[in-house]
Amino acid sequence: MKRVLASISALFLGIALLPAQSQSLDPAKLLKPATDSWPTYSGDYTGRRYSPLTQINQSNVKDLALAWATRLASGTVPAPGAPPVIVGGEGTLAVTGGSGIDRGIRGAVLQVDGVLYATMPDNVWAVDARDGHEIWHYFWKTKGGTHTTNKGVGMWKNWIYVEMADNYLVCLDAKTGKERWHKSISNFDEQYFSSMAPIVIGNHLLVGTGNDLDEPGFLQSLDPDTGERQWIFYTVPMKAGDPGIETWANADASSHGGGNVWVPGSYDPDTHLYIFGTGNPTAAYTSQLRGPGDNLYTCTLVAINVDTGKMAWYYQTSPHDTHDFDSAQTPILVDGDFNGKPRRMVLTGARNGYFFVLDRTTGEHLVTGKLSNTINWSKPDLDKNGAPVHDPEKDYAIGGALVNGSVTNFPPPAFSPDTGLMYVPTSDNYHMVYLTTTDKRGAMGLGGIQEVPVISFGSYVTAMDYKTGKIAWQHRYPTASTQPGGGLNGMLVTAGKLLFTGDPSGNFIAFDPANGKPLWHSHVGVSNWPETYMLDGHQYVLVASNDSLYAFRLN
Amino acid sequence: MMEDQAVSDHARTIAGALILAVGVSTGAQTPQRQAGATQAPRLTNFPDRPKAPQEVLDRGRGMFGVNCAFCHGSDAGGGEVGPNLKRSTIVLDDQAGELIAPIVHGARVDKGMPRIDLTDAQIADIAAWLHSLPVTARTDPNAENINIVTGDAKDGEAYFQKTCAKCHSATGDLQGIASKLTNSKQLQQWWLMPAVSGRSGMSTLPAGLHVPEVTATVTLSSGETVQGVLTRVDDFDIWLTLSDGTLRAFERNGDQPKLEVHDPLAQHRELLLKYTDKNIHDVTAYLVTLK
Repeated sequence: MKRVLASISALFLGIALLPAQSQSLDPAKLLKPATDSWPTYSGDYTGRRYSPLTQINQSNVKDLALAWATRLASGTVPAPGAPPVIVGGEGTLAVTGGSGIDRGIRGAVLQVDGVLYATMPDNVWAVDARDGHEIWHYFWKTKGGTHTTNKGVGMWKNWIYVEMADNYLVCLDAKTGKERWHKSISNFDEQYFSSMAPIVIGNHLLVGTGNDLDEPGFLQSLDPDTGERQWIFYTVPMKAGDPGIETWANADASSHGGGNVWVPGSYDPDTHLYIFGTGNPTAAYTSQLRGPGDNLYTCTLVAINVDTGKMAWYYQTSPHDTHDFDSAQTPILVDGDFNGKPRRMVLTGARNGYFFVLDRTTGEHLVTGKLSNTINWSKPDLDKNGAPVHDPEKDYAIGGALVNGSVTNFPPPAFSPDTGLMYVPTSDNYHMVYLTTTDKRGAMGLGGIQEVPVISFGSYVTAMDYKTGKIAWQHRYPTASTQPGGGLNGMLVTAGKLLFTGDPSGNFIAFDPANGKPLWHSHVGVSNWPETYMLDGHQYVLVASNDSLYAFRLN
Repeated sequence: MMEDQAVSDHARTIAGALILAVGVSTGAQTPQRQAGATQAPRLTNFPDRPKAPQEVLDRGRGMFGVNCAFCHGSDAGGGEVGPNLKRSTIVLDDQAGELIAPIVHGARVDKGMPRIDLTDAQIADIAAWLHSLPVTARTDPNAENINIVTGDAKDGEAYFQKTCAKCHSATGDLQGIASKLTNSKQLQQWWLMPAVSGRSGMSTLPAGLHVPEVTATVTLSSGETVQGVLTRVDDFDIWLTLSDGTLRAFERNGDQPKLEVHDPLAQHRELLLKYTDKNIHDVTAYLVTLK
């Protein structure tokens, strides 16, 4: 009997080893956390970036070694040995390099049925997860637009979705990379640019977009089959009488008020609430024409019923922001003990350096903490909602205002239910903000000021205790003054008691999530954030380094 | 939603990492290759509209000045009553006046925009001028050439004597500093934190200014001590540049070997947490007098 079982499992193993299976993702599967795939931006809907896998653990992580590495060539010319590039696009520019154009893999890489889907701006690849060989490559000729970091693809059934910088959503056949359709999701004439990883929830395809000029932010839900719009949610009041208009000078200000949606949120299947953070208000720095109010719903955590597109609650983490502190960080849904009672919560570490715990069904504020000890943009006391209060003295000055910069950014945090800690990539840094216009109206977009860096005090893994809002521990990455600062990387934490991330010196590191002690490293130069999955009986850890993918497993 | 800093810092990190590559060999063997075109095509953050002939622009600007500027500002950037037209979605979406004309002809009278008696051809000229205006999310920081020296030189001198004079002197290392660094903003950034290399375009120091390097002492378990310039350090390795110019690397294992860093700018770092903005402005106002 034993022998029979062994041969049956060998048979299954044999089947599993065949390349290119169905390459399809049933959206219902996204509701059950899977360990054999990485099927959506954060791995699952919780945003925890926590894997229950334990094959790789503290006792054997020293044997973690490279299984394969592959280099992807952006543009229309295939890499040696790669299949011909499939070229699409509405534009005429085949952008392959140049200043201000991001050419790295800096978003999520999905893995479904043994195939990886990776992106750079204007590029999508399918790569065999078993050996790294390129299956197909789709390249988009662009009209232009800000080619910022692309955050990755979404998948629904056998279709792949990607946002292009010039605001087209492209639907590709997962198996072949052939285009099925593309749709405009925002207007390039209005200076929108798109980079968000589309999120699939049931038969909803959620897409956001970005803008640095003074145009309104919105989240749209599309029919994944046709691309037709199901609903649109504007993050700012678009006309007189809209909710939140009282926090703006007038409807002209609010409808040019920003609050863009460029980072995926998280989803609670029990309440059907999609919870996401919105970007900065505009004009970003010279805020006088926005009026003195809070400027809702910019820099806000917003909960939307995914079926209707209607807002259930909101919590503004940076009222009347004046520092381009987007609250576009992926929130984390946590079920846990709070004040002795089980509670369904959402955690977020905001770019302004504050940390928040809310009840995720009601939006009730529970805890505010700080991710950094060098924050100086805000006043000492919180407002009645528990949110920070901006200090106008630190907005800018003709002679310069010395103020902290972004404490964190879009690279995602992680949460381990084993330690109860949330791990946030943080940076302590100051710059001088000079007012550079005497125009009483201020400037549009990000203009009117100049931010000149002064110092990076250090970059850290910051572990937050959600029960207290206090820092449980911080690991400061040592650097010499000649090394650059910054370089925040996202996190992955596993039940194998390992916390994976990249440091600013180019090391891919596994830390002990209990205390931040480094346990393993490989010098690959991390450019995105790690993920993990089981494939053919092996646990893999995958990370990108600019134009390359690196897959690790136990030796 | 500026992401640039994180990205560019990161790019530099990777560049640094490549120069000093240590550890795992990747086996990725793709040779250097030129992808696609040999020259990067022009990429703009917004549609690159062809510019209308100058006489059209002149007509349009004149027409705007007479009919529109009173409410919308002479630069179309908004006035007391009229909104900023540069960021108006109507104007941004408009090609040649076709979206603007209905509004000029009275479509928004109920919202306070009066009907203006202009022909479609005149509106097309105005549109051409509007579309020629730079509409960008960023502005040139030096466009107005604003003097950033706003502090009190006397207060600055007093603060300098109290705080900085232990290490610096107006007749010693800082003699003539304002003649060497004539740009006040650069001077201010420089004294706040000298030699933040590779950032913000402030890295080039004028001749005669010297910023001492960060050095370190590594003590091996044998008791041997090695001193040098701290060139690179992370959780796993220390790289010192020795006095003979050679690079020496040490593998780190927890607390071993012992690393002692000597940062000549340590006090600058600490003071950045103590200055008020007035202190900064005053010290700069004092330093610009040291010609």
